[in-house]
Amino acid sequence: MRTICLYFQVHQPFRFRRYRFFDIGNDHYYYDDYSNESILNKVAAKCYLPANELMLDLINKHKGKFKISYSISGIALEQFRLYAPEVLDSFKRLAKTGQVEFLSETFAHSLSSLNSPREFRKQVDAHRKLIKEHFGQEPAVFRNTELIYSDEIGAMVADMGFKAMLTEGAKHVLGWKSPNFLYCNAIKPKLKLLLKNFKLSDDIAFRFSNKAWPEYPLTAEKYVAWLNQVPANEEVVNLFMDYETFGEHQWEETGIFEFLKALPGIVFKDSPFSFSTPSEVARKLQVVSAAHVPNPISWADEERDLTAWLGNEMQNEAFNKLYSLEEMVDNTDDDALRQDFAYLQVSDHFYYMSTKFFSDGEVHSYFNPYDTPYDAFINYMNVLSDFEIRVNAGRKSHENSDVARLSRIIQEKDAEIEKMEKKLSAATKSTPAKKSSPAKRGSPAKKSTGSRKK
Amino acid sequence: MRVLMFGWEFPPHISGGLGTACYGLTRGMSSIPGLEILFVVPKAHGDEDQSRIRVLGAGDITLDIRKIREHNYLKDLSYIEINSNLVPYTSPEEYEVLVNKAENTGRRFVETTMGGKLNFTGSYGKDLYEEIANYAVVAGEIAVTTDFEIIHAHDWLTYPAGIAAKRASGKPLVIHVHATDFDRSGGKVNPTVFEIEKTGMHIADKIVAVSNLTRNTIIDKYGIHPDKVVTVYNAVDPLPENEKLQLSRGINEKVVTFLGRITLQKGPEYFVMAAHKVLKKMDNVRFVMAGSGELMEKMILWTSSLGISDRFHYTGFLKGDDVFRMFSLSDVYVMPSVSEPFGISPLEAMQSNVPSIISHQSGVAEILKYALKVDFWDVDALADAIYGLLNYPSLAEMFKKHGVQEVNDMKWENSGKKVHNIYQEFVK
Repeated sequence: MRTICLYFQVHQPFRFRRYRFFDIGNDHYYYDDYSNESILNKVAAKCYLPANELMLDLINKHKGKFKISYSISGIALEQFRLYAPEVLDSFKRLAKTGQVEFLSETFAHSLSSLNSPREFRKQVDAHRKLIKEHFGQEPAVFRNTELIYSDEIGAMVADMGFKAMLTEGAKHVLGWKSPNFLYCNAIKPKLKLLLKNFKLSDDIAFRFSNKAWPEYPLTAEKYVAWLNQVPANEEVVNLFMDYETFGEHQWEETGIFEFLKALPGIVFKDSPFSFSTPSEVARKLQVVSAAHVPNPISWADEERDLTAWLGNEMQNEAFNKLYSLEEMVDNTDDDALRQDFAYLQVSDHFYYMSTKFFSDGEVHSYFNPYDTPYDAFINYMNVLSDFEIRVNAGRKSHENSDVARLSRIIQEKDAEIEKMEKKLSAATKSTPAKKSSPAKRGSPAKKSTGSRKK
Repeated sequence: MRVLMFGWEFPPHISGGLGTACYGLTRGMSSIPGLEILFVVPKAHGDEDQSRIRVLGAGDITLDIRKIREHNYLKDLSYIEINSNLVPYTSPEEYEVLVNKAENTGRRFVETTMGGKLNFTGSYGKDLYEEIANYAVVAGEIAVTTDFEIIHAHDWLTYPAGIAAKRASGKPLVIHVHATDFDRSGGKVNPTVFEIEKTGMHIADKIVAVSNLTRNTIIDKYGIHPDKVVTVYNAVDPLPENEKLQLSRGINEKVVTFLGRITLQKGPEYFVMAAHKVLKKMDNVRFVMAGSGELMEKMILWTSSLGISDRFHYTGFLKGDDVFRMFSLSDVYVMPSVSEPFGISPLEAMQSNVPSIISHQSGVAEILKYALKVDFWDVDALADAIYGLLNYPSLAEMFKKHGVQEVNDMKWENSGKKVHNIYQEFVK
């Protein structure tokens, strides 16, 4: 069997508003509603809606043969619900075709796998529930934020019951090996690994509209010819990319939609390849070897490492400070705090602080709402400072809330007693003999209220 | 190649950044083989560093009055002899009236000493315009008696000298714009100074600007064709280890420093406003305004009326080692300049391991990466940057780690090479 596995990442962060230090402790709203809503609507109109429609057409056209998979971050799902419910509906229609697999990831598109196994599990569970709720699927395959992977993260994912995981086919990990096979985790071999073919993926995602690229323009025919050049014994070509490739990173005018529209038909006509979902690949193919990844890798930049998020002092300070609050957040039952904690973890915030690309910051600056990494850092730390104050206050009010709850109960009981007393006194008016007893019953109750309050 | 260079001051006798920049540039150029510089200043004191270049005082030149009369290279100078209120270079508050000594013929009477020499102070004093004009007279004399291939004049005070030398010798003139009157005056230019600058720029064969900010001013405000103006950034000499003075601190608090002339151009009021905002939020910080200038009294009154005097300090004018002492006590350096053609002091701060915040309206902002940049008028952003540097340690750590290296990579040799390339357009 020779097959293509298409996977698309769907994510949008909740961007912060300009949050100055004098807002700390005074204003607890952190988000730039206007840009969040307008960016989401823009991307929905340029990418999500037209691309979903095209995918649906292709699935219907190539009955049962064209298959794709998505990973949609919990943050993106929340934004769809808030700003563009029609996008969520169109993903639901795709889910109903049975040809689309939805993968599991962290709710907040976070880097929690690198720091906190507990927070990581919690977010994966939250996301799993969300996928079940929206798409009626129980995800069996996991993909971590930015395809971040290491042996340890893989083992953690295996323990959570996943059968397979997606990651980058990084050259420095694979060496001479090809990404076009099924691999497995080095610690828990039951977890299968699908590795991104970055050459063929990035031809579409990054190079498609680049006129300086010798292969420009890229046609579906040419692309399928390249697929045919993949050695015959290699079984799977994993094409992983941002969904925003279609219409947003590569504009409609570049012909990206035409390319996508033509691709499945030409694959079926001119090549031996089929399309499979990640679950099918994991089920049908034989594992050839374990992949050894002692240090975390990702799908970002040339280095395929973590330095875009955790590569400088600022990023490390912000990251460590954020996760130092984890336990305290756990102890609150304040939903607003938990929500902000999740939104603070979105990996994009750390990406904005990257100083890696001072010279050629093209990709980084394209997605970046800040002028400089320093602006991004100061803004984030201001927000985090306010959040910390709230977490600390929340803990106190949590201690207090027991008292508040008890006194509320007491107040209610008191009110009830009073009501009963009135009833009784109304009754005793007709029977004067029992007049004194309610008062007696009332006073010890009040006394005990006082002692319980302490 | 021999260069006849006109400056107004040269270390150790300097009153501002101009002398430092001229010194750095000429030293940077001295490593270029075959390049000889004769650096002329109005008054040479004899203790200038002449190891790399020759420094000549205009006051030491003997003039042959009859010869001067024969030349007409002074005819363009009549415009600086009008009777009007004038603003000298560094003290715009000081006005003076220049006596019109010119006859309508454009010829001038030149008062000389018994030996046929002119008296120069080389300062920015009362008779500034007269000195500028006299300097030009001597420049013409030097130009006809010396051999050289190109003329290079630094800032408006020396443009008339450059022009005179060009007229007298027919050699190409490069003028070097370290500042324009738009920077100094905050937009209200002195018409005489503007006229001198504009004439110099138009007559020059090439103009060197210290930043793109200045280059744009030259193009937009003085109407010069963009092809004629080239940006060459300044640099800074590496700080020897023994000059990195470490002063023990008498206080535990953080120190945020403004260092420069307290004038409109430097934006001291934005520093006060930002300090006021920061002090509302944290109290373990002190602000220092180091320097003097015409707005100092106003700032003192203002900070006391804001009720922050106990946290806001003035040092008066600092020079020499005191500047580095001040840096060694500082946690953040702020340069909120309204208009700064280049701005060398943040580089000095960074060399002393002090993280800097600079305004986008400074030339140095075009080349610095490890510094925070804000618009001078954006007090909220400035306050936020100060607060961030004081409270989130990794930012300051990062600036300290990379800032020194970044500054040390800016070498006067590189600036010198660029200037040399410009010369070569005219001299093969």
